[in-house]
Amino acid sequence: MVKVGIVGASGYVGGELLRILLGHPQVEIVSVTSRQHVGEYVFKVHPNLKGMTNLQFSAEDPLSVASKVDVIFLAVPHGVSCKITPKLAETGVKIIDMSADFRLKNASDYQKWYGWTHPAPDLLQKFVYGLPELHREELKKTNFVAVPGCMATASIVSLAPLAKAGIINGVIFVDAKIGSSGAGGKPSLSTHFSERFGVVRVYKPVGHRHIGEIEQELKYVSGKEFKVGMTAHAVNMVRGILTTSHAMLSSKPEPSTVWKAYRSMYKDEPFVRFIMDKKGLYKYPDPKITIGSNFADVGFEIDPYVDRIVVFGAIDNLIKGAAGNAIQSMNIMLKLNEREGLNFPALHPV
Amino acid sequence: MKTVCEVCGGDIEVPDDAIKGEIVSCPDCGSEYEVVEIKGGEPILKPAEEIGEDWGE
Repeated sequence: MVKVGIVGASGYVGGELLRILLGHPQVEIVSVTSRQHVGEYVFKVHPNLKGMTNLQFSAEDPLSVASKVDVIFLAVPHGVSCKITPKLAETGVKIIDMSADFRLKNASDYQKWYGWTHPAPDLLQKFVYGLPELHREELKKTNFVAVPGCMATASIVSLAPLAKAGIINGVIFVDAKIGSSGAGGKPSLSTHFSERFGVVRVYKPVGHRHIGEIEQELKYVSGKEFKVGMTAHAVNMVRGILTTSHAMLSSKPEPSTVWKAYRSMYKDEPFVRFIMDKKGLYKYPDPKITIGSNFADVGFEIDPYVDRIVVFGAIDNLIKGAAGNAIQSMNIMLKLNEREGLNFPALHPV
Repeated sequence: MKTVCEVCGGDIEVPDDAIKGEIVSCPDCGSEYEVVEIKGGEPILKPAEEIGEDWGE
């Protein structure tokens, strides 16, 4: 059995890591920490786990957790992970970081997108961007995984085949819509039910932090520079992300050419689905049919009127956008079956 | 019998007892095809006519 620990397990991402790992046949959860909930049963914070585990939160130091596990998940806020990781990295434990602290390869990008100077720039190159669809071979050889941002995941998975095949060029505009769980478990006045329910709220019209990841990964896959503009909306869902990306076509491709680009990249991917079924109940990707699963649904439509392609990506933000992607990466890193612990469909209806 | 969707490259199953005029569809993209004929065990298809959806907007 693989022994794992989760540092900062009281948030929504921590809860999803627990839910999935409790059902993972090759994993034993050894330690779960939360400073805020020390001594409490996990199910007091994650009530869906009642009857599944009697684990309790501890205040154990990350280094102590690392000494007794094979894999440590860091589900701590951005800016915290990069302070504790340098010492953890010396212990030999495999680290899966859920935060943004090691996603960007270029240290100066942290100043650009996060507004702070990275305290451990030497580690940035050692971390693999944990998107198996792009980095599977690197994941097999690493001990350090940086789990992508949720909106970045939906954007990159849906756009990468087009960038790689040279079908698009220039500036890409991403319109992202996300459910309330994307804002985390800490309440505020703006997340209060009376204010949050029913919104279609533009919460980040320009300069979203995930742009840095999207540009980095589209360059990785294509060798070309792309500029990305993103506008993010909070919408009336608890879970889910839909990204609608608009890109200019470099030629006038037939739909079959675009299909070929997607198939050549994803035909063997266990968690990417094509949702472009004009006779289907869901004709294009919709987060509603990904909820509870590790699937990323992709689709597109060509707009010949303005030589544009519209690209859709839908995921469950807490699973393919966080915990599921992390566990898929762990499976690859440990040479386990990639679907292990994740081989369940989405909920329907939900 | 199997054939390949000319739109998306997906596999389309055509029943062995398919008859001329029968409509088959691609499970991936939903494109519909009309069976023109079966020649030497191979189905010959053409895109079926479509009626657009009108949402009354």
